[in-house]
Parts: sequence; structure tokens; C-alpha cells
Amino acid sequence: MSLLAMLGERPMYGLELKHSFEERTGGVWPLNVGQVYTTVGRLERDGLVALREEHDGQKLYETTAAGREKVATWFARPSKKLAASRDEMVLKITIAMTTPGVDVRAVIQAERRALIEQLQEYTRLKVDAQQADDLSWLMLLDSLIFKTEARVRWLDACESRIARAEMEPTTTNETNRGGAIPAEPQKDEVRG
Amino acid sequence: MTMALQLWKVTRRYGSGHTEVIALDDVSLGVAPGEMLAVMGPSGSGKTTLLSLAGGLDSPTTGTVSVLGEDLATLSAAQLARLRRNRVGYVFQQYNLVDGLTAIENVALPLELDGVHRRRANELATTALESVEIGDLADRFPEELSGGEQQRVAIARAIVGERTLLLADEPTGALDSLTGESVLRMMRRHCDDGGAAVLVTHDARLAAWADRIVFLRDGRMVDETLALLGPEALLETAGN
Repeated sequence: MSLLAMLGERPMYGLELKHSFEERTGGVWPLNVGQVYTTVGRLERDGLVALREEHDGQKLYETTAAGREKVATWFARPSKKLAASRDEMVLKITIAMTTPGVDVRAVIQAERRALIEQLQEYTRLKVDAQQADDLSWLMLLDSLIFKTEARVRWLDACESRIARAEMEPTTTNETNRGGAIPAEPQKDEVRG
Repeated sequence: MTMALQLWKVTRRYGSGHTEVIALDDVSLGVAPGEMLAVMGPSGSGKTTLLSLAGGLDSPTTGTVSVLGEDLATLSAAQLARLRRNRVGYVFQQYNLVDGLTAIENVALPLELDGVHRRRANELATTALESVEIGDLADRFPEELSGGEQQRVAIARAIVGERTLLLADEPTGALDSLTGESVLRMMRRHCDDGGAAVLVTHDARLAAWADRIVFLRDGRMVDETLALLGPEALLETAGN
């Protein structure tokens, strides 16, 4: 849809479309030119774009009325919600909670440190983008920063829950909250 | 090179016997001129204690704290007070501005209290306000300023004159995200200009403005950030 929206601004060649997309998204989602032509071919088949002219094998595409309507609908409607997908970090920590001999806090901290180092780099890129007054790249970086921050906050919440659970009377022996379970637990302590 | 701040094997205990609390336990760290350090950790991890010790507002039970090469334990009360006034600035979540004074008067106040002539104090205060991009608001009273502008006045006051070491405790607490970011940008600029800063926060997005981040838990330093990722690794992560 983003390629279709960009073609709605003005007619473009495939390579031009690729460069324009990458420039406007800061190169975060690189495209190969084959992907661009495949997508444009599909849009053409669906009547959303049309070939305007061709010079030396280079095809100049433009949107059709149906394509412009499709883009208007895309901008007007909320985006689809992301489907719940398997998140390695979430899986790792939930599994670590019930795996004997694993220090869950150390696992959480390693993930937190890596995420914050990533945030540091995004922040540096943001400073550069501010100097260049590149608004769309700034907004894209904000999106990456807020997503990464949300993951750090989830880690913080996990740690708080573990700390709170440790202060409450134990009702279950299921969780491994701080590496307290010995490396070689008794048979009946091993679960899952 | 003289470090802006150096903590060496610092422990701070409060109380004794069964009521003893170890707020900070054997912490060593340094902050170089030009560096911004963030300290992260959950509530009760020792972040604010560390900041109080760094600013000479509290003394360690054991270990040494040096600010700009001066071991705070070797200073008299008067010398310590002078160092705190002249070389160290503080920024808190509450802006702590004096209501009846204008922005420039608020910034000049610590200098005037230290005996600096009013005209010179105003010159330095003007420079500090300009460095945080609110030189045009110098004659406004705090009630005439937004939260973000008040916090910038507080930062100007914290870096005015010879104040080199900036200590900030959750400085963007009540501000929206973009205004909070502008406060961090001002702190960053202070460090890029050769100052130094310690930022205490639980907010990863703010800590990311620092050069280095240390993590406290139960008074102990449990981790710190490693070398930054390269841009290729970043884009790979974002693409996923």
C-alpha cells in the first residue's frame, strides 16, 4: 500500500520507487528492485496502477482512479492490529521462570542491557535526524524507540512481579525467581 | 585527566543492627569530563543515594567520593559548601524555582549568594539561559512559563558560571515526551561542551541519551552498557 500511495503523488519508474521508499523510511526496510516490480505487477493486475509509458525497457507507472480510491481508504481506516506472534524474549523469560538453575534476573538484565544499547543508537540517529530536519525519519525513529521502550518496561514489570512474589508467602514451588533453585534439583522439583 | 566525579568502593549504610539498611554497597564508578552517565534501577535500588553522595549532600559510610579531583571527605564544611555552590548543579523533578523572581534572577541567585557582583551574575545567567535556548524568556516569572520552560530555567541555574557537574534526578517526570526530550537535549549539550552529568532515571528512553548506563539493584552495581551496536545490527533488528 505504501508503494501505491507513493505512486499516487506522481508517476515513477520502479527503481525510482524503490529509492523513494527507502529514503522516506530511512533505509529501515530495504527493498530489492525485484520486490518492487513484483508488487507493481500485482497492483497493475488488480487495476490499481497502469503503465503510462516505456522507454528502453524502463516502465513508468501511475495510479488509476481505483488506486487513488484504495489509497484514500488506506489513510482513512485504522491499520490492522498486529497478530500475536511468538516473541523470543517473552518466550525465553517465561521459560526461564520454570527452568531450574537459571537466574531469571540475569536473563532479564541481559535483555534489558541489549535493548537499552539499541535505544542509545536510535537516540543518536534521532539527534542527527533533528539536525537534518528530517521529519518522517524522526517519526520512524520515534516509533522504533517507543517499541523498544515498551519491551524494557515489560522487563521492569517482570522484575517487579518477581520481587513482589518473593515477599509474599510461597504457595507454589513452580517459579525460579532469582537463581535460588539449585543447579541440580531433586527429580520432583523439575517441571515442564 | 581529572574525573568530574569518582566514586571508589562507596558503601552507605543507614541505621544499625537489625534496622540497618545498606543503601549503596561497594560501588565504584567514574564520570569523565564530557560524559553523561545514566543510573538506572528500580525504586529502592540506591539511585538517589548515589546522587546525594555525588553532590556532597550525604557522606559515604566507607569509600571515597571525589568531585573534580577533590576528595569530599578531606574538605572542611565551608570548602564543601563552596564546591557544591560553585561547581555542582542540581536538577530535580520539581523545578524548585523561586516564584517571586524572574527566570534570569532565579539563575543568577546562586551566584549572587556566592558574592558575585550583580552585573556579572546577570551576564553569566544570560549566557546560561541562552545555552538552553530560552534567552528571550529571561524576564518572565515562573508562573508565566510552561513546565518545560521552567525546567530549562532550572537547568540554566544548574550549569551557570563554573558549575561543571550536573546532577539530575528524574528531571523530566511531569513533562510530555517531546518536552522531556528537549530537557535531555540541553543536558546532552552541556556534556558535549565539556561539562559532565549524572542522570538518575527509571526511564530507558531518557537513559538512552547518556554515553553510558549503569544498573543498580539492592544498592549494588549489577551491570553497565557495553559498546554501542553498529548501524547494520540496528537495521537488521528493526527489519525483523
